Amino acid sequence: MDQDSTTPYSPANRLRPRSPNIQIYRPQLTSVLSIVNRISGVLLSVCALGLVIWLIAAAAGPQAYAVVREGIASWAGRAVLFVATFAFFMHLCGSLRHLIWDTVHGFSLRAIYLSGWIVFAASMVLTVAAWVTSAWIRR
Amino acid sequence: MNHGSVRKGAGNWLLERATAIALIPLTVWFVAALIAHTGSDYAALIAWLRKPFVAISMVLLLIALFWHTALGLGVVIKDYVHAINQRTVTLIAMRLVCFGLTAAGVVTVLGILFSG
Repeated sequence: MDQDSTTPYSPANRLRPRSPNIQIYRPQLTSVLSIVNRISGVLLSVCALGLVIWLIAAAAGPQAYAVVREGIASWAGRAVLFVATFAFFMHLCGSLRHLIWDTVHGFSLRAIYLSGWIVFAASMVLTVAAWVTSAWIRR
Repeated sequence: MNHGSVRKGAGNWLLERATAIALIPLTVWFVAALIAHTGSDYAALIAWLRKPFVAISMVLLLIALFWHTALGLGVVIKDYVHAINQRTVTLIAMRLVCFGLTAAGVVTVLGILFSG
């Protein structure tokens, strides 16, 4: 990373070695789930905005709601909603893992990897289950 | 303004957990309700939103959701926006948006509840 040439030199902004060097670091389940929790959280923030738009459209009347509904029902809308569903379950299951960690349990390497795979598998299963149930209700 | 963990860090940490715990039943209920309403029409949706239990749950959901969002995005901004002025402006803007969306959402839910 280049030092900003306009910034005057001071001990606070001098270049320091960084570790771990993320570009050459082999991803592990632990680090991947950590960043996925953050990314899914940011994605769900956008979904929260979508929730308010959806509510306002519902309050505005059938015509405004129909526009939002068409957007959701479109090919792109469904793709976004599917990713959002997976992000929701990853963040939900990940939060349960974090809440267990907050009680100072499950910190052995074995437990960390086991809970990590459980979070991933449960999120996959729940996402598919949600969409299958939805399709079954629609039928 | 709080820029990190100095004095207020533990409070934010606890609030992030408290809102997370509140959001577990609220979001699971909401997602389950959305799935149950697949394919239902506008009138059915409004009738559902007018139920007092639903309206109360939606208000609680909106408050907990945007509170948790503001805390979470605050951590992200503090991690990636290093310039102090930019960081302050970004944090304030983000919090105002979250606050505004909470107000807009709550007023909308109450508007639907008390309309007609």
